[in-house]
Amino acid sequence: MSAVATQVSHQEKNYLNDENTIKSWLLTKDHKRIAVMYLVAISIFFLAGSIAAGMIRLELVSPRGAFLTNDAYNRTFTAHGVIMIFLFLLVGIPAVFGNFLVPLMIGAKDLAFPRLNLVSLYLFFTGAAFALLALIFGGVDTGWTFYTPYSSMYSNSQVALVLVGAFILGFSSIATGVNFIVTIHKMRAPGMTWFRLPLYIWSHYATSIIIILGTPVVAITLLLVVLERVFHLGVFSPELGGDPVLFQHLFWFYSHPAVYIMILPAMGVVSEVIACFSRNSIFGYKFVAMSSMAIALLGFFVWGHHMFISSQSMYQGLVFSLITFLIAVPSAVKVFNWSLTMYKGSVWLASPMIFALGFMGLFVIGGLTGVYLGSIGTDVHLTGTYFIVAHFHYVMVGGTVMGFLAALHFWWPKMFGKMYNESMAKVSAVLVFIGFNVTFFPQFIVGYLGMPRRYHYYYLNPDFQIWNIASSFGSTVLALGFLLPVIYLTKSLKSGAPAGPNPWGATGLEWEVESPPTKHNFHEIPVVTGLVYDYNSEADEAAWEEEEREMEHVTRGGQH
Amino acid sequence: MNFQLAPDRASNFAGQYDALFYTFSAFAVFFTIAVFVMVVTFVTKYRRGKKANRANPIHHNSLLEAIFMGVPTIIALTMFVFSAKLFVDMRTPPKNSYEVFVIGKQWMWHLQHPNGIRENNELHVPVGQPVKLTMISQDVIHGFFIPDYRVQYQVVPGRYTQLWFTPTKPGKFNLFCTIHCGTQHSEMGGYVYAMEPKDFAEWQATGGNRFKERPKNLADAGKQLYEELLCNNCHMEKDNPRAPSLYGIFQSKRKMTDGTVVEADENYIRESIVNPYNRLNAGYGNQMPIYEYKKQISEEQIRMLLEYIKTLGSAPAPVTTPAPTARGNAAGGQS
Repeated sequence: MSAVATQVSHQEKNYLNDENTIKSWLLTKDHKRIAVMYLVAISIFFLAGSIAAGMIRLELVSPRGAFLTNDAYNRTFTAHGVIMIFLFLLVGIPAVFGNFLVPLMIGAKDLAFPRLNLVSLYLFFTGAAFALLALIFGGVDTGWTFYTPYSSMYSNSQVALVLVGAFILGFSSIATGVNFIVTIHKMRAPGMTWFRLPLYIWSHYATSIIIILGTPVVAITLLLVVLERVFHLGVFSPELGGDPVLFQHLFWFYSHPAVYIMILPAMGVVSEVIACFSRNSIFGYKFVAMSSMAIALLGFFVWGHHMFISSQSMYQGLVFSLITFLIAVPSAVKVFNWSLTMYKGSVWLASPMIFALGFMGLFVIGGLTGVYLGSIGTDVHLTGTYFIVAHFHYVMVGGTVMGFLAALHFWWPKMFGKMYNESMAKVSAVLVFIGFNVTFFPQFIVGYLGMPRRYHYYYLNPDFQIWNIASSFGSTVLALGFLLPVIYLTKSLKSGAPAGPNPWGATGLEWEVESPPTKHNFHEIPVVTGLVYDYNSEADEAAWEEEEREMEHVTRGGQH
Repeated sequence: MNFQLAPDRASNFAGQYDALFYTFSAFAVFFTIAVFVMVVTFVTKYRRGKKANRANPIHHNSLLEAIFMGVPTIIALTMFVFSAKLFVDMRTPPKNSYEVFVIGKQWMWHLQHPNGIRENNELHVPVGQPVKLTMISQDVIHGFFIPDYRVQYQVVPGRYTQLWFTPTKPGKFNLFCTIHCGTQHSEMGGYVYAMEPKDFAEWQATGGNRFKERPKNLADAGKQLYEELLCNNCHMEKDNPRAPSLYGIFQSKRKMTDGTVVEADENYIRESIVNPYNRLNAGYGNQMPIYEYKKQISEEQIRMLLEYIKTLGSAPAPVTTPAPTARGNAAGGQS
């Protein structure tokens, strides 16, 4: 029976096999194909960034390094940061799942500006090419934060090249952000009112606002660094009459909200996944939706918490700290609402749900350790140490990457029409969770002990070693957890069972179309009549029991 | 390698800081466990296939939402008050502070005491007396950090920044640079030596235990210069990542970065002082600070250094620990 079904589904035209020339891929205006190309690209970048991370962890096993020189080490951690942030985290969920799902979830045939979407993809490739060229021609040693005047006057590495790359990547982000905002405003299906939107859409809306308000600022800032470096235009270097701390203000004005560009889409994913696998409407829909908007808004008024000890005025620091404490509240609201969504639900621990629960666990720790850093008095001792490294990895990897993996496992059947090996996926989720904690929890301790970040050698205090060894050990488990999905997801493309339109029994417009969807998504534009989370745990439970009983009956019948 | 869980509490701020740190930790642990228990309870109780009362699920409750927002807000504002108080204290140095001037440069800390004593990568301070550091960078941004004191502040080019603390117990404490400043960022560190006031006074009176005696001969003068220029900070008794040891270097065969072998004769050693990057020992980069020929180092001084380095050739390596450690621990003891 399944053979016949496979054959039929292969013959159906979908967005993947509609046209199969290389040109049809490279010049496609289909948001789904663009999403797939992003997925391939960022997966490669994630691998590259992970290799750099592995080199860092190997090097730090010993207080006097293992195999790298100082310069090579500095270039390695910069490559890790630049690749992971600019080429993976900032684009990951928006460019892959945002592109794929925004039109599908709101009942549209494509984004508002399909051509602009393709331009955005090529801007991304161009920016990435600059960044990679910088790596090939010797790398960059400034750290991903490019603090002046080191980056503008002193660094002897390919700073200009990578900054031009980041500048171009910024335009790619802006194009995507504009596209999402216009699409969400203008292309919702009839009946899809604002408060019927999936929470995933709300988080992308909030994210896009941050992107279009913040990215131009950082783009200009990075350009100014290039101008100072190449033409000695005095902006940031005191030797040329500039102000080095000005750079930190401009940089963090974008780069703090950028943290929310990375985490908000992941929160959107988790809202969808937890609702689906709890078979329950999300608890406090409006509060979860509005907390995204509150985070986007407040996120623009906390940048100074990166600069408590930078020589900004004491009073400025106090105000920034106060607002930072307040931004913890909407995040807390989300966590409590996710937890309560499971209350009286019918919880199905499928792999996307395990990733989502892993997200919650790690994000809670990441968020709560953020309190130590947003708090101005306690930040003094911890900023610039491994404590901060651990904190932002809990948020960026524990949050964004876990969210990305949850999304990947949740929508993979939709994107490619195939199911993957579920047991392997569960193993991967557990390995990532355990490996992650073993890698990064020791870094909180070694940071509190005082080990500064970006340190190649720590022979000045060899007591740091034991925690570094623990961390490096954990990273091997984590690497294994990341490697598994590459194997079983790739394998599923060839031999996975057909997924059907809705393998998870999820609500939402994207689950009403074929998997993979056709080129134009919907045969007819749907009409929406209620909130997206139309789950009923009690009815679902009864149906599931019925199904189980039938299965049992069939098996028993087969034995006779 | 010790199993250390918390940094030492060695300054006036450390106790207050840790009180706040552990209170925050208590809240963090409480909330983590609360969420964990809530999730695990719901997942087990309402797991699919398990009998449970699923009738009338709640999807909205304004009172609960108000609690979710209100409780964290109240806790956050309370935390903020205590945290802000600590920070204001940290930013307000007492009037009677002992002032030390700090200059950060790639990749060393240079410290100047009011009475003219200069130190590199080490700072001697008296216990029980507020110490104020007025800091500036000569090149890029650095960060001055003493973990055991819980104090840290950026050292910025073009503007003075300040930092203060009162050491509360004698000992030797790590000093780190925390803003990435280039190649040897991780080696831009040293130690703070907190001394009993009596020992500190003696240390000051003897000019930091240095240059006390008139040199007896050229090599002796070279030894003083060697310490004054702080060559001994990197060229220690054994090879280390910063620099090769100079013990026994004279007339030895040295392997260069390009693989050639060179005899370290007088000409080679002189060249390595004047122009250190010309022919580097294998395994080392362009790390040594350059003392500008004739302006900072004269031909006469080079001769003194050479004579001293030659005596190292036959001298047994010192039995005591290397210079930075020895000076701090034996503070005041040498006379």
